[in-house]
Amino acid sequence: MAKEIERAGIPVAHICSIITISQTVGANRIVPAVAIPHPLGNPRLPLDEEKEVRRNLLKKALAALQTPIEEQTVFS
Amino acid sequence: MSDASRNGKYRIVHYVNQFFGGVGGEERADCEPFTIQGPQGPGRLLEKLFREGNVDVEIVATVVCGDSYFVDHQEDVLRELIPLIRGYHPDLVVAGPAFNAGRYGMACGGICSSLQPLGIPAITAMFKENPGVDQYRKTALIVETANNVSGMEEAVRKMVRLGIKKLRGGEIEFPKAEGCFEQGIRKNYSHAEPGCGRAIAMLLRKINGDPFETEYPIPFFDRVDPQPAIADLKGVTIALVTSGGIVPTGNPDHIESSSASKYGKYSLEGLETLDARTHQSAHGGYDNTYANDDPNRVLPIDEMRVLEKELGFKRHPWYYATVGNGTSVDNARKFAKEIAVEMIRDGVQAVILTST
Repeated sequence: MAKEIERAGIPVAHICSIITISQTVGANRIVPAVAIPHPLGNPRLPLDEEKEVRRNLLKKALAALQTPIEEQTVFS
Repeated sequence: MSDASRNGKYRIVHYVNQFFGGVGGEERADCEPFTIQGPQGPGRLLEKLFREGNVDVEIVATVVCGDSYFVDHQEDVLRELIPLIRGYHPDLVVAGPAFNAGRYGMACGGICSSLQPLGIPAITAMFKENPGVDQYRKTALIVETANNVSGMEEAVRKMVRLGIKKLRGGEIEFPKAEGCFEQGIRKNYSHAEPGCGRAIAMLLRKINGDPFETEYPIPFFDRVDPQPAIADLKGVTIALVTSGGIVPTGNPDHIESSSASKYGKYSLEGLETLDARTHQSAHGGYDNTYANDDPNRVLPIDEMRVLEKELGFKRHPWYYATVGNGTSVDNARKFAKEIAVEMIRDGVQAVILTST
């Protein structure tokens, strides 16, 4: 889906848990997530820390969208 | 399994387009479906070759439909033709050969795929680049043909060979061996030599520069050039899309937990966050406990709001969701194409896609 949206002209940042799948399928801007059942969260953390994790992941995704790239890039 | 009919012959219904049905060329591609009693056009060659193979058949009916008419009215045409074909009690249905005629291939594939779940053996034939192949190879047995009518005799021969097997109730274990396109159906079987031995033998051939053939071709994924970076986030409309299956509580669109056949578009109007009352996960491929407790863990609405205020980008008031669990590449591609068209129309300039 990341690729098709990008193909249509919209840059996409893909936050995902399984990077290899995203790489194989061909997303260009990839941001590794926390874990499969909670890609943008961590239930082991107190809520405010968890929100900070989420905010930082989103910031990475937004930074990825602002980064010129020539090829697939993982923004870890 | 099929029983020969009362007069000892196998009953075949043949589907052809307006050209092979003797109606006319492209100018008659809009002709509505009708039936001819007995064989027409290539049907005569079909009957002849079956008999040469010592199998007595009778084409009891030839169903004709214009190529454009079929694709423009597919549902209605199938609704009309499938019961009509069944009414002839065929032992086998043959469609085409369509060669490289795209609409014809789609029609042949559509008919055969609709008959398969009804237990009526059906075969068709077309050229490898016919869109009917990609669309229907999994649900219909499609013989590979040349790309035009000069390959008619060979195509019909192959169809007859396959047809005889189907009429005699034979299982088609390896479509490629029967001259058909592979269907991607995985069947277990025992090989005389264990996998480790075969793998080493293949590796040695590869190292020596000798030809070798993979036992399992890996699907090819094309690449898309990265879109230019966003220069400044201020004022940019950003949309969220998720394959993690976050949907409004109750999953109102009934997005399947696996092999999703659809996606949903949901409003974020007035939502500063998501919670267990308003949203849930419909995804069957991961433990939903954490996502159900706090859907922001998969679709981060709460922190997107915070960052929106801090960084000055604009929220797109809709998000799109599907379930990326065993979803076919074709469906994912189709969903994303449709979603992209809408988002472009609505002025979305960047997307954050979340996946589990």
